[in-house]
Amino acid sequence: MARMRAALIWAVVTGSIVVSFAAAATSPLLAWRGPVYVVAGFAGVLSLALVLLQPLLAAGYLSGLSIGRGRQVHRWFGAALVAAIIIHVAGLWLTSPPDVVDALLFDSPTPFSAWGVVAMWAAFAAALLAALRRPLRIRPRLFRLGHTVLVVLVVLGGVVHALLIDGTMESVSKLVLCALVVTATAVALFNLRAWTVLTRRKRQDLLP
Amino acid sequence: MLPLSTTRRGLLASGAAFGAAALTAGAPAIIRPAQAQALAPTDSMRGGANNYRPGAPIVQRIGNGGFWMSGTVRRAGDGAPLPGVRIQIWAHTTEGYETDAQSHGATLSDANGVFRLEMPQIIPAFGQAHGHLAYDDAAFKTVFLRPVMQSSRDKSLKADFVLQPA
Repeated sequence: MARMRAALIWAVVTGSIVVSFAAAATSPLLAWRGPVYVVAGFAGVLSLALVLLQPLLAAGYLSGLSIGRGRQVHRWFGAALVAAIIIHVAGLWLTSPPDVVDALLFDSPTPFSAWGVVAMWAAFAAALLAALRRPLRIRPRLFRLGHTVLVVLVVLGGVVHALLIDGTMESVSKLVLCALVVTATAVALFNLRAWTVLTRRKRQDLLP
Repeated sequence: MLPLSTTRRGLLASGAAFGAAALTAGAPAIIRPAQAQALAPTDSMRGGANNYRPGAPIVQRIGNGGFWMSGTVRRAGDGAPLPGVRIQIWAHTTEGYETDAQSHGATLSDANGVFRLEMPQIIPAFGQAHGHLAYDDAAFKTVFLRPVMQSSRDKSLKADFVLQPA
């Protein structure tokens, strides 16, 4: 039963990611985009795929990876996510500078831009917090609370951003991938008892 | 008048049109001239000026055509049609980016204040199938429009200008 569940998780996750990429690769819109714009679009798809893998790695849901190994891969993928977002935004900036400037200044006519920019800054902050955790000796409780709040913003902002866009991603595979991202994040946060930092803190505050 | 469109934007637009029609049909005839007097100028839209190229040439057609951009130009206040007004049009199309010079072209409004310019098919760019139009000459205040297509398969797009003296 446990083995079947593990195999099912792997199959659903890899399947949804492969199908999303394959569907985007056959988008008719690609015919009218230059290489820079195409790369920028796929960097966005890759970001969404990485956001699906991150909670699974952090919570150890991908069998075959020990929790320690999973956390190690989680750190690499976190860095990869930051790089993918930078490539996404830089590629769009090269394609149409004023549209990206508007988005970054929260002055864009398209509502999905603001969601994407919020998700971008939250992802950068979540990664920065992780990178500074040891050098600054950030307390585990503070790290957990900060990282959780930030990744919730990444998931919320990223998913709304993706769903509102009329782009190269095919709509059904995009919806499935987004649903999996939200589910994986919610289940991981629930199982890791991510909110206990808040309740524990409250109890502590009640002490004289 | 049945709402033929099945998109969310289409349904909203036809609902609004129905409401507006019901309101104006029910209004006493005497208040209509007063409404016309108060025709408000069109505001520029957010992002409308993005990738604008001042002085784009007047053309018969942008590229190989196949898509129609049209609209009207009227004067604020009395709503009189404005002939001979230069409107620049550009978009991300099957033939180029918004940033490309060949994606831009200008046309003049006719005696009825109507303009119409054939251009290549607009395709979704930056997440939305949209076009750009600009009025940017001396006589009236500058207006930049950025209409969004109901469906990316549409073969035409409309945008109207109501201009006020500069």
